[in-house]
Amino acid sequence: MFFLREHRGRPEFWQGFREQTTVAMGIGAWGLMTGVSLVQSGLSPLEAVLMTLIVYAGSAQLAAVPMIAAGAPLWVILAAAFCVNLRFVVFSAHLRPYLMHLPRWQRMVTGYITADLSYVFFARKYPKPGSTPDELAGQQAYLMGNCAVNYVSWMGASLLGIALTNVIPVAWGLGFAGILALLGVLCSLATSRLRVVSAGVAGAAAVAAIALPLKLNILVAIASAVAICLVLEKLGPQDPAGGVRHV
Amino acid sequence: MFDLDPWTLLTIVLLGCITVITRGFFFISSKPWTLPHWAQRGLQYAPIAALAAVVIPEIVTTQGVFITTWQDARLFAAFAGMAWFFWKRGVLGTIVCGTAVYLPLRLMLGW
Repeated sequence: MFFLREHRGRPEFWQGFREQTTVAMGIGAWGLMTGVSLVQSGLSPLEAVLMTLIVYAGSAQLAAVPMIAAGAPLWVILAAAFCVNLRFVVFSAHLRPYLMHLPRWQRMVTGYITADLSYVFFARKYPKPGSTPDELAGQQAYLMGNCAVNYVSWMGASLLGIALTNVIPVAWGLGFAGILALLGVLCSLATSRLRVVSAGVAGAAAVAAIALPLKLNILVAIASAVAICLVLEKLGPQDPAGGVRHV
Repeated sequence: MFDLDPWTLLTIVLLGCITVITRGFFFISSKPWTLPHWAQRGLQYAPIAALAAVVIPEIVTTQGVFITTWQDARLFAAFAGMAWFFWKRGVLGTIVCGTAVYLPLRLMLGW
């Protein structure tokens, strides 16, 4: 999908490619530790490889594996993965107008390969969907350049982690490099006062609601941050550096 | 090494379907439909909120409990990473600088 010639031929593809390489190392470290933990939590190496190649959603995988090892009912495991992935439902609502010009199978494939950081980079780059077919194709190419780097670095590092399970101690905490990558991107998004408020509210809510099962605290945090920012936007004076420019 | 439990394989395939369904949730229908205006405005705050919701608990909690000590390598690494970002504006530098603070504290001091 992301190596279609129509995408590679556009400068936007390579721009997305270059921008995503700045975080590839963090994604790689995170993928590496995910690969290590899949095997250490009870999958055989072959099962871990298949899960990496098929599921392509790190946090859902890490939530599911201990449940598989414990023999939890199938529907419980699937419901848990769905909840952990709920943020992607929000992302897909956002991306819909950018992708509706594509046939359904291409939209679904695009959704499948668009992980957190690809979505964030894309939303940061293009506040509005293109108004001409050419603009839309350029935006799609940028997204695919992003996804290509994300996919290759995640898969490569995860598979390496599965191979090196007994060599890399989890105690080193190398996965924290992935959190640092997300932190850097978070800082780059803090371009208006209300966005800083959004980050603060979401962070506080996610910590306050951390006792919720299935990572539902993440959803609670997104919902409360968005709600509070919408209210502040309505109440507050028009801040010249405020969110209004970033529709 | 090459054990493959059929039930586990089924679970893995269905988990892949969950990824497809959640990531493409609003792409499934081809009917014309747009989000209400307030939701469109609200979505501009969603990316940073999602990142903060994932990142901040990973820095200030351990096993679901708020940390009670400042002797935690993650705090210093996050601070160093952010300082780098606002100084030089590079995500790669944020990762490198944060990890350079994190690993010695963690491996040598056990924080």
